[in-house]
Amino acid sequence: MLNYIKLIVLGLVAIFAMIAASYARDVAYQVHAIIILAVAAGMFIWTLRHTDEPVVAAPQNEYMDNVIRAGVIATAFWGVVGFAAGTFIAFQLAFPALNFDWAQGYANFGRLRPLHTSAVIFAFGGNALIATSFYVVQRTSAARLWGGNTAWFVFWGYQLFIVLAATGYLLGGTQSKEYAEPEWYVDLWLTVVWLAYLAIFVGTIVKRKEPHIYVANWFFLSFILTVAMLHVFNNLSIPVSIWGSKSVQVFSGVQDAMTQWWYGHNAVGFFLTAGFLGMMYYFVPKQAERPVFSYKLSIIHFWALIFLYIWAGPHHLHYTALPDWASTLGMVFSIILWMPSWGGMINGLMTLSGAWDKLRTDPVIRMMVISIGFYGMSTFEGPMMSIRAVNSLSHYTDWTIGHVHSGALGWNGMITFGALYYLVPKLWNRERLYSNQLVSWHFWLATIGIVLYAASMWVTGIMEGLMWREVDANGFLVWSFADTVGAKFPMYVVRALGGVMFVAGALIMVYNLWMTAKAAPAVDAEAANAHATPAE
Amino acid sequence: MSDKKQDDLDYETTGHSWDGIKEYNKPLPKWWVWTFYACIVWGIGYVIAYPAWPLINGATPGLLGYSTRGEVAAEIARVEDQNAAINAKLAGTELTEIAADAELHTYANNAGSAVFKTWCAQCHGSGAAGAKGYPNLLDDDWLWGGSIEDIHATISHGVRNETDDDARYSEMPAFGRDELLEKEEIVQLTNFVQLLSGDTPQDAAAAEAGTVLFEDNCSSCHAEDGTGDVSQGAPNLTDAIWLFGGSYDDILETITNARFGVMPSWTERLDEAEIRAVASYVHGLGGGEASE
Repeated sequence: MLNYIKLIVLGLVAIFAMIAASYARDVAYQVHAIIILAVAAGMFIWTLRHTDEPVVAAPQNEYMDNVIRAGVIATAFWGVVGFAAGTFIAFQLAFPALNFDWAQGYANFGRLRPLHTSAVIFAFGGNALIATSFYVVQRTSAARLWGGNTAWFVFWGYQLFIVLAATGYLLGGTQSKEYAEPEWYVDLWLTVVWLAYLAIFVGTIVKRKEPHIYVANWFFLSFILTVAMLHVFNNLSIPVSIWGSKSVQVFSGVQDAMTQWWYGHNAVGFFLTAGFLGMMYYFVPKQAERPVFSYKLSIIHFWALIFLYIWAGPHHLHYTALPDWASTLGMVFSIILWMPSWGGMINGLMTLSGAWDKLRTDPVIRMMVISIGFYGMSTFEGPMMSIRAVNSLSHYTDWTIGHVHSGALGWNGMITFGALYYLVPKLWNRERLYSNQLVSWHFWLATIGIVLYAASMWVTGIMEGLMWREVDANGFLVWSFADTVGAKFPMYVVRALGGVMFVAGALIMVYNLWMTAKAAPAVDAEAANAHATPAE
Repeated sequence: MSDKKQDDLDYETTGHSWDGIKEYNKPLPKWWVWTFYACIVWGIGYVIAYPAWPLINGATPGLLGYSTRGEVAAEIARVEDQNAAINAKLAGTELTEIAADAELHTYANNAGSAVFKTWCAQCHGSGAAGAKGYPNLLDDDWLWGGSIEDIHATISHGVRNETDDDARYSEMPAFGRDELLEKEEIVQLTNFVQLLSGDTPQDAAAAEAGTVLFEDNCSSCHAEDGTGDVSQGAPNLTDAIWLFGGSYDDILETITNARFGVMPSWTERLDEAEIRAVASYVHGLGGGEASE
């Protein structure tokens, strides 16, 4: 019966997409309609071929790990794509000739930049969060994912969102809101997928067999809930036409700016901080085989973090049309946020007490520790940069870019690599990773890459900030803007080389994980079964 | 925290275990708690001192009476007060006399340099070397005259804009687009202009044929010998300095479709002292000519 409903829905979607493609007012919309048509038609045929075939029921006593395996592969794939795109645009900034004439309007910096940011944050980071949260919530609840194949809908639906977003950027379909570029219909689709994700997560927690909810799941849940709210409010817009990608924001002027940065900062706070803290709270104690440092600290810093983060957005709009009072509040809450952020760092690092010797022997632990270190560094740097006086120097400069990347490459990247190195042997039933030495290579390439990146951006950021504001005795500006651009060139090359090292490390990881799944010694059936089923 | 006697073993876990993960029931680190409190206390003090809480109309102003706009306005007012006297002097001095007063001249050049970097560098380049379509200001080849008065007039009113009636204006005919000349004639003219500039023409016979065409169609503005006329912005064609390029194709394009370089009028954006300052700066870049 369900299959017949599916066939009707898919058929209607395919027909609508066909009409949309022919009425399309712009290229981005047309290409998207064709993509949706292809997906719906393909699924229609697939469903048709499987209708009335005997169905093999999924074993309900086992964890649902297939979708996590797919998520791990997607994470690694999008990671490499996103890092490579970032490295390429870093070279474009150093050598503008790489904005090829023949690729104007498709592959110039302006089009590729959102492709890079969305690929790393939403495609790499998002897939990592979905995959690890599905893994963690099952293990720590001792329950199979709620909702059956809904998890597959979330996985594939999210990949479709990524494809629509990425192709949209290249073809000019963007609402020009940073980290919220996709246009209205892509936003609507993501809302559907995200609510399904929320339902699965909550459903699994509800049917858990453990008496208490583990701390990692608090963080994951707060991340999923808050991102749903942020996404909906920041994307309130009215399409110009149902046959076109363009839409008009409901808010305008400074209200729109404030909504955008309320969203933008909490995308950092809940997507890249709370969500990844959930990851840390599971994989660090597992890899270290030590108890979490302090339950009390985890409660206090969790509630303080989520209460304070939501206020911090206005610090992105110091010295703008935003009223001073809003800017003050944003700054004050950002500074009070410092210790709650560091609570996560303390709980992560101190969990290793009694197991510090593993830093010598286990490169995966080393990766996790350096990620927590970068987390601590960027959550100190962030509050500092939110101070109005500091911000007047740092804002609009490369310092911000450096700050973001020490967080994104150092914290989000490294903790995800650590989680992937933990997960792949488990999910593919292997005794161990293919090569610890390759993990070490990855670790050092990535770490040196990040240091080159962050250090070069500190230098150019502070330099250009000082050059922009430098005046002579009579109050006249000393430098033209072009002078500051020219002065940054050597550091731009250094930054791009840092990117090359980071990508190289990620490629080594992909090879290592591939060989782990293919060629590392397999565990025995008993251990495989223990991993796949909840303990009695 | 670093107390060695309080070994991990002294602490109980909470008693729960999730997939083998346990949690110690350790107290909050003291330094963490106290730093957190200190930040909160600082935050309370800060929101009392600075504008912070929204009210029905406006917001709490804060005890210090601080505002970001007020801070910028005060800074601008300070600099303007400081420079008021010398700005008045600059605006009131004959253009040709500025260079004679060493203090005024230095001030004018510094101020002009800042004005140039802010308003002019976008087209003329931060080093003033220009680009295709935007004149190089470092050389002594002037379209509209290189004396300080000429430069001052060009900056004040601009070139071929629609906002200033006193803008410098002239328009070269589009000989090809408007079908004033045959295609073959334009080719001949192009070769002749190449010859005129000291270049080797692509086709010597065509260049020869272009001589008469030049006399008939071009010499009224560019002069019979091709040296141009600054009174109407007609470029000198004999010096091999090109605004829109000197290749065969560039010249062909110029004669066919003409060029129409525009510069804005600056009187609405800059005050007289600033315009004089930047005129003095540009005049001193290297190619400034003496006034008659």
